[in-house]
Amino acid sequence: MSLGVDLELVVAAVDEPVPGVRSIRLAAPDGRELPGFVPGSHLLLDCGGRVNAYSLTSDGFCPREYAVSVLLVENGFGGSRWIHERLAPDDRVAARLPRSAFPPVARARRHLLVAGGIGVTPIVSHLRAARRRGHDVRVLYTYRAGRGAHADDVVELSDGRAELFTDRRAFSTRVEEALADQPLGTHLYVCGPAALTERVVGTAAALGWPASRIHTERFGTVALDPGDSFDVVLTRTGGTLTVPSGTSLLAALEDAGLDVASRCRQGVCGECRIPVTAGRPLHRDLFLSEEERSTGAWVMPCVSRADGSGLEVPL
Amino acid sequence: MSAPESSSLLRGFPFPFTDERFRYSTNVEPAGVPVHTAAGRWGAAVVDIDGEYHRELQERARILAQDPTRHAVPTHMRTAAWDATLTLLRELAASYPADMLLTRTGINRWRWENRRLGVEADFVYGDDATLPGGPLHWVANQVQEDIVLLDARAGQLWVDAGVVTFASAWSFGFDLGMSFLEIHGPVPRIHSEGVITRAQEFIRRLQPHQPYRRTNWGVNVGRRLDVSLERYPDWAPDRARMRRADDGSFGRLLHLRVEVQHLVRLPDSGAVMFLIRTYLLSFEQLATVEPWRRRTADVLAHLPDDIAEYKGVANLRDRAVAWLRAADAPPAGPAPH
Repeated sequence: MSLGVDLELVVAAVDEPVPGVRSIRLAAPDGRELPGFVPGSHLLLDCGGRVNAYSLTSDGFCPREYAVSVLLVENGFGGSRWIHERLAPDDRVAARLPRSAFPPVARARRHLLVAGGIGVTPIVSHLRAARRRGHDVRVLYTYRAGRGAHADDVVELSDGRAELFTDRRAFSTRVEEALADQPLGTHLYVCGPAALTERVVGTAAALGWPASRIHTERFGTVALDPGDSFDVVLTRTGGTLTVPSGTSLLAALEDAGLDVASRCRQGVCGECRIPVTAGRPLHRDLFLSEEERSTGAWVMPCVSRADGSGLEVPL
Repeated sequence: MSAPESSSLLRGFPFPFTDERFRYSTNVEPAGVPVHTAAGRWGAAVVDIDGEYHRELQERARILAQDPTRHAVPTHMRTAAWDATLTLLRELAASYPADMLLTRTGINRWRWENRRLGVEADFVYGDDATLPGGPLHWVANQVQEDIVLLDARAGQLWVDAGVVTFASAWSFGFDLGMSFLEIHGPVPRIHSEGVITRAQEFIRRLQPHQPYRRTNWGVNVGRRLDVSLERYPDWAPDRARMRRADDGSFGRLLHLRVEVQHLVRLPDSGAVMFLIRTYLLSFEQLATVEPWRRRTADVLAHLPDDIAEYKGVANLRDRAVAWLRAADAPPAGPAPH
């Protein structure tokens, strides 16, 4: 895999604000202004050969620094471990330009932000922008006691109006109340573990929230489940590949000697998109639109699999 | 027009026909890459200033004073308007460092100096009162480009703000608030061929700091930039009059009109800035560049009728092709002046 490098950054500071979370501040080696970013953007960082996407927690307007907070994932692919154990001040890190995939909606009458655990990171970025723009914003944040990353930022940026929870049931009750009592035109933004995100989105949908007013950001907190084994028919080269559980379609294609351009390998950047000529994809990416998904004509092989016995691709 | 001015128009003209046949396509490419043509080059900068700078800005100011519907920034697009303004000034300062200077003087404060216009301004990002007329109206008097700002929501793009004084047979005031797909409703072929939905998906995925561009073209009678639908009664009769023009004035009056359109995802608001820079070159001048003369004649001759109709060349095309094919030597008679 290749990480096209847009930026070389230097680590300005490393901090562990709560146990298990490292906050990293990155700057240009010569201290110049960095490219600005839309609130809710993420940065693709080269973590010792692996590329990971992390939400930016700093202000994106004419920034001199980029800040990210990284939760140590013990059983992950090693990117967070590398940041926790290897990365030190003055180290150089390769990165790509920040990418926007979770922006605030300009026409929203109110922004209701719901964060769980390390999913607070893009929410912090939204709060900074909302304050700068004078937007009406409400925030609910749940975390394990003693592990509330950016809890003080959330309180400060919301002028003390943030609602913080360390009790799951109290949080669920309050989320339900809050979702039932917002002015028309409110947009909901959810970032947290998959189970929490699904619950909040499900509650909102049941209460009649239109899908166009619900926004979620899941990557970075979720290790995708290994999935079932499936077969891929290769129509151009001929033959059939079996993609075992726990191996991505992209990796299986590469192992078979096929050249598929890729970048983030997390279903975010869109680089590895391939056409599908038969079979139904199980889409797990964040790149394809609903419309593109429904046609079944494309798949992002880095994260997506087959919904059923197999796929046919013109490779 | 003096000879040096006309040759500078030729040198910077974005001749659009890369193939012998024209069809609509999602013809986007990364911005900022210079294109070398038979007469010069274009495309090195996102924001382009040429010899028409003062003339076109005066024209824009006059149009805006007469018709306020050419400018709109609804409340939800205020952040995008500031974002666009700062982005345009940065582009100008980067491309024309000898004449354009942007200096940050505080967290949200900037000083702008445009030596070509003799303009100096101190402004506070986000504070509309610090730039006369508001940021977008003001910055439209620093660049020759028309500016359209698209909001992204509900999986679509919406034309929600802008300053457009040089529209080519459309109306900014009418289109304001419409979706990208609605606006392109009248364009033939692009819907059934999927061109326009692909274009929308492409624009939706644009990221900041990676601008793209495309060209669009049509024909124009005279050096008239404002051929908006609002002014239809003024310019439509010119086309009918072309039928009675003799060959000399036909070549002088008929212009190839080319738009270089830039697509920029703005880095603060996340809105999309769509810039339209319009270039006009008379057929008389165009015919002095042999590869352009031949290529333009071929393209016009083979243009499908529906596209010719939409582009407003249907009635003029046979004569234009014949004129170009007959003009295979430099035009006789006095040099243009």
